[in-house]
Amino acid sequence: MPKLTIDGEEIEVEAGLTVLQACELAGKEIPRFCYHERLSVAGNCRMCLVEVAPGPPKPAASCALPVSDGMTIKTDSEMVKKARRGVMEFLLINHPLDCPICDQGGECDLQDQAMGYGTDRSRFLENKRAVEDKNLGPLIKTIMTRCIHCTRCIRFATEIAGVPEMGATGRGEHMEVGTYVEKALTSELSGNMIDLCPVGALTSKPYAFTARSWELKKTESVDVLDAVGANIRVDARGPEVMRVLPRNNDDVNEEWISDKSRFACDGLKRQRLDKPYLRKNGKLQPVEWNEALAAVGAKLSKTDSKKIAAIAGDMADCESMLALRDLMASLGVPNLDCRQDGAKIGGGARSGYLFNTSIAGIDDADALLIVGANPRLEAPVLNARIRKRYLMGGFKAAVIGENVDLTYPAAHLGAGPDSLSRLISGEDPFAEVLKKAERPMLIVGMGALTRNDGAAVLGLARKAAETFGMIDGDWNGFNVLHTAASRVGGLDLGFLPGEGGRDTAGILSGADSGDIEVVYLLGADEIDTSKLDKAFVVYQGHHGDAGAHVADAIFPGAAYTEKSATYVNTEGRAQHGALAVFPPGEAKEDWAILRALSAVLNKVLPFDTLAQVRSKLAEAHPVFAHIDSVIAEPWGDFGADGAADPAPFKSPIDNFYMTDPISRASKTMAECTAVARGEVLEQTGTDG
Amino acid sequence: MLQDQDRIFTNIYGFHDPGLAGARSRGDWDGTRDLIAKGRDWIIEEMKNSGLRGRGGAGFGTGLKWSFMPKESDGRPHYLVVNADEGEPGTCKDREIMRHDPHKLVEGCLIAGFAMGAHAAYIYVRGEFYRETEALQRAIDEAYEAKLLGVDACSSGWTMDVYVHRGMGAYICGEETALIESLEGKKGQPRLKPPFPANAGLYGCPTTVNNVESIAVAPTILRRGAEWFANLGKPNNTGTKLFNISGHVEHPCTVEEEMSIPLKTLIEKHAGGVRGGWDNLLAIIPGGASVPVLPKSICDTVLMDFDSLREVRSGLGTAAVMVMDKSTDIVAAIARLSAFYKHESCGQCTPCREGTGWMSRVMSRMVTGDATVEEIDILEQVTRQVEGHTICALGDAAAWPIQGLIRHFRGEIEDRIKRKSGGGARAA
Repeated sequence: MPKLTIDGEEIEVEAGLTVLQACELAGKEIPRFCYHERLSVAGNCRMCLVEVAPGPPKPAASCALPVSDGMTIKTDSEMVKKARRGVMEFLLINHPLDCPICDQGGECDLQDQAMGYGTDRSRFLENKRAVEDKNLGPLIKTIMTRCIHCTRCIRFATEIAGVPEMGATGRGEHMEVGTYVEKALTSELSGNMIDLCPVGALTSKPYAFTARSWELKKTESVDVLDAVGANIRVDARGPEVMRVLPRNNDDVNEEWISDKSRFACDGLKRQRLDKPYLRKNGKLQPVEWNEALAAVGAKLSKTDSKKIAAIAGDMADCESMLALRDLMASLGVPNLDCRQDGAKIGGGARSGYLFNTSIAGIDDADALLIVGANPRLEAPVLNARIRKRYLMGGFKAAVIGENVDLTYPAAHLGAGPDSLSRLISGEDPFAEVLKKAERPMLIVGMGALTRNDGAAVLGLARKAAETFGMIDGDWNGFNVLHTAASRVGGLDLGFLPGEGGRDTAGILSGADSGDIEVVYLLGADEIDTSKLDKAFVVYQGHHGDAGAHVADAIFPGAAYTEKSATYVNTEGRAQHGALAVFPPGEAKEDWAILRALSAVLNKVLPFDTLAQVRSKLAEAHPVFAHIDSVIAEPWGDFGADGAADPAPFKSPIDNFYMTDPISRASKTMAECTAVARGEVLEQTGTDG
Repeated sequence: MLQDQDRIFTNIYGFHDPGLAGARSRGDWDGTRDLIAKGRDWIIEEMKNSGLRGRGGAGFGTGLKWSFMPKESDGRPHYLVVNADEGEPGTCKDREIMRHDPHKLVEGCLIAGFAMGAHAAYIYVRGEFYRETEALQRAIDEAYEAKLLGVDACSSGWTMDVYVHRGMGAYICGEETALIESLEGKKGQPRLKPPFPANAGLYGCPTTVNNVESIAVAPTILRRGAEWFANLGKPNNTGTKLFNISGHVEHPCTVEEEMSIPLKTLIEKHAGGVRGGWDNLLAIIPGGASVPVLPKSICDTVLMDFDSLREVRSGLGTAAVMVMDKSTDIVAAIARLSAFYKHESCGQCTPCREGTGWMSRVMSRMVTGDATVEEIDILEQVTRQVEGHTICALGDAAAWPIQGLIRHFRGEIEDRIKRKSGGGARAA
């Protein structure tokens, strides 16, 4: 381990670190703009200059200089101070000092570092440069005059997002960052560029001019728009969620979130259910809570429990699923399902429905087989992790399913279960790759498991995992990629059909035929609601979406930003989301609604506080006692033998930007949808 | 003074046949096989002993540079890249070599390639050099035809391929790592060092980038012996050099001379002297646009070599001697160079991208005197803020001419400012 002297203090650091990293370990602050630990080193901003001996008698860029034994580094010498002042002055001469109207103001690296390392006046008497703004689509607003050419956005697009659409054109002062031919970025992760931009050149278009960063109340929470469970920070002002930003969690999302997670938050303000409703004379009428609860309670208590059913939707939290499960159990209702998409999972071993390798575990894999999933759309952040693994080298991937661009090369082995069988029998050359791999992994997605033959496909996937040695000691390479934030939690809680109970398809057909008379939808919208016309439908949720349209009674619930709730991500990691704003109007936290309903039914649920619900959760499944951690699950029995339908796999996500009630209500997501479909891109330049 | 028998470039003016037959008659390709047979270590040792310093401007020992290449390949191929992107203002030597003596370069590629374990050489030719590219390609074709290149080149057992690549005329692509980027098909921007090209250069493989002249003189040095070359010039500044004399002289020319020749002798002997006589001299830029200008008082005595020019705070650079007589507006001349560097800055790193524009704009005001005297000091400080803070040497190159101007001609700038503002001293 090399020994260094940093500002007179000796420190021993790992070989291979850069001087900048060593200085950070020594507790020295090194200003920087272009350097970012998750991106390649560019070394172009020259802000991180330090004095290094031995070496030429000039400052060196610490971000790009590897440490070597015996180095003496000065981070606060006269030479260094002068160099920083100089670079700072250069960065500011052509930067418009429009901080008062800049959305980055208050959280701007340039602003902060100018305070720390700059001088208080400019010696630059010439005219400043101005650069025309670019149109990068509905998400990213550009004010290119502010750009300091750090190239973080270029490196992010090229390296992390895997869409090499950004670049620099022109030379010297005329260098401009952009897409050359103006176009919307085709990445599902593009919003992260806004966070990476150290100045106000790239800012959030929907958030523009709406709030100043210091006015916002920041709440740490988790995302529920896919099953990754990305860690987020919800920034709110008063009752309004202004924006959603990622939080760092190396085990889950690193520091990225998908564009949907980030930008769908305007959907939280539209189409909201803020009052209880009852259908009277064929029309939904707003009523008081008491009336709504009484009406539903009366209906439930006079209906045969075999004719009652409950379906939990994709964003249901574990607290409310526990409450609904227990309430239904107390009524003797066997017809429960948390798999509104009809996925043939659950019931068997827990490892049969988890992303067992864990997201961070992808870094250790050396071969990957994707079956019936499009991780780029179903879990963009997880897909970026796979791409990161690919960039590390020595990694081969293949896909059975739709042949799409995943941002890393993946051999397309076929479209349906036949190809998987062929692979298992060793007929496909990729079988050799998997056999030779030390840590092969398999991802099976909802495109494969929600089919009627899902159980057989799951069985095939299990066979593939066993054939290719994916279950080996500590290594479990079998992974189910979920698309719903509620799914693993629901399965863990056993929110599944009881003895003789019906699953989602059975409930829907039963409702259609009249065998099921009351259907309780806990935020379930992505089902065939046309089959629910005859049944009495109770919809508990936050948006006036498909479920609410067919409802006879509506209980307004809380969206994920409005409640403290638990979600289990696709890895089986339980995480707590937090209340950032209160639910709108008369809407309530979901478990509390069910608790109130239980009182009306005289089946009082045994909890009155969130803490009590959570202790019940911990009793129901140990995962809820181990928040933020992944418990390795033993390999067990799941899946089924049987013939699989040769029809090709199809990802359940057709339009990435609209998959749930929140994103469907979002104007921003609607714009993204239109752009993605090639319908419109705001016209600029020569187009008019 | 260089004797005729010590000249390396005997067809620099194109009086003779540049083709293979002509080149052979001048001694090229003579015993190449035997030179290679003496082995890698001998060649590198001989190059080191000759004292040849790189002719591209930085003056780094050529033999030493070759010795940095890994002795054994780790599986990656080695590459020789020849920098023929001659873009330094005032410089016109490499193009003469490619036009009239291309076989020296081609033979040099084979020998240098062998010495560094490279089977491929890329010659990156400046885009504007269209005819030069043709001439060079002709020579390469001839060499292939005569089995001097390709598999078992010159019956030496070594396989050597030489490719010509045309640049697009960006000055920055003459910087070795920017040249490598450009050769790879990317935007020509210098890379961070380390890693140095000898470890990770073209396509991440060990690479040596040499100037055309450095490679072209190598065969002759090896044939005639390191000692012969080392005895020309002064210690540490050995051999012969192509000087390019332009500007206010009677006969601008490119001429091969011994290193360390007095500047005045060089001009009077080969360029017919300064227009209007030596006393009409105002200043000389001795080594291409990047090096600081020298006033006449220094030009009177200075010797043309790396160390002597460094002592007077200038540099030999590419040995492009730009002569300016007393009719020259020296401030405008340097302002023109500043505009050049502003235009050619790649824009990658902050001090150069922002600094070149700032310096150029202030310089253009200095030309008309539309500034204050304090701004001269600010300008000087700005050049110091650029110098030594950039990824590549373009920042330095942009700063030095201005520093030279302020060092030697500050009075001239001040006079203009005062004249413009209407007060103070008036120049005669």
